[in-house]
Amino acid sequence: MISLFLLVLGLALVTYLPRLVPLLWLKELALPAYMKRFLSFIPYAVLASLIFPGVLSSTTTTSSALFGGVVATFLALLRVNLVVVVIGAVFGVYAFQTI
Amino acid sequence: MATSIHPTSPTSPQPTFRAGLRAGIPVAIGYIPIAIAFGLLAQSFNLPNAITLSMSFLIFAGASQFITVQLLMAGSMYWEIILTTFILNSRHFLMSASLSQRIESTSRRLLATIAFGVTDETFSIASTRQEARSGMFVLGLNTIAFLAWNVGTWMGVFLAFGLPSTLQASMGIALYAMFIGLLVPSLTTRPVFVVASLAIIIQAILHWVITPFFSISDGIRIIVATVVAAGFGAFLFKEEEVT
Repeated sequence: MISLFLLVLGLALVTYLPRLVPLLWLKELALPAYMKRFLSFIPYAVLASLIFPGVLSSTTTTSSALFGGVVATFLALLRVNLVVVVIGAVFGVYAFQTI
Repeated sequence: MATSIHPTSPTSPQPTFRAGLRAGIPVAIGYIPIAIAFGLLAQSFNLPNAITLSMSFLIFAGASQFITVQLLMAGSMYWEIILTTFILNSRHFLMSASLSQRIESTSRRLLATIAFGVTDETFSIASTRQEARSGMFVLGLNTIAFLAWNVGTWMGVFLAFGLPSTLQASMGIALYAMFIGLLVPSLTTRPVFVVASLAIIIQAILHWVITPFFSISDGIRIIVATVVAAGFGAFLFKEEEVT
């Protein structure tokens, strides 16, 4: 419990620092162009790495997880609100597992 | 376009803060179900309530809270979880950098408070609204998002008892649905598409080709695939603007 709480504090710190540093000290941080490009690709690279193959083991069976992933992708392609994508995928998996 | 950023006078920050609260309502509505899903997921893994609630209170970053729960349950080392979270949240660095150019407020205490609430969603509102030049407006926006995230987490944690276990098990997909919902609409430019595909290919190779012979944890695989794919992107697409 104590070690878990220390982990939470550590996570709070590494989450807060990237949010804080540019707002307070941006003028002292002149990033080179390649670093800016690298950082600008990070969100997409990290999202893709997080999705695959993690999504396959996100529910109790691979087939239901795959189904949920397909539902989410389909809804995301329709450009619906993020909340609809999330709720749609959850109910997709729920329906897949109960039917 | 009106250049005035304060609805009344610059000396009274209250109306601007309230305008920020109002501007954050769509974000707050969106956060509640995702935060409920987070609370439910943590419950289904038997994470202590105090830990789940303090994560939403102290960290306030949806994706990294979900991935922390997943990695904890996969038995990852703490330093791997911290490194994964740091890399995952390095994107906020760019958002804060962009905000630092927009916000005219100079109070360091106010800026430090605003920094805590920088998320994908609050940033997308702050970077499209004229009023966001006022620090108090952004503070209002971040405040309502933070409240919704915490209320949702409490709801998820304490509602969990009443939900059927199959529905709780279905919550595992919520995180990935959120990632898919964030990534897929961005795949319209070639550099982004190439980098995302590259990350998936590297992940597949690490997972199915390398791991059977040489064990690599989930956290390390995510970090390696992210850094290599983004690095290749920066190397391959020298001319193009990414966003």
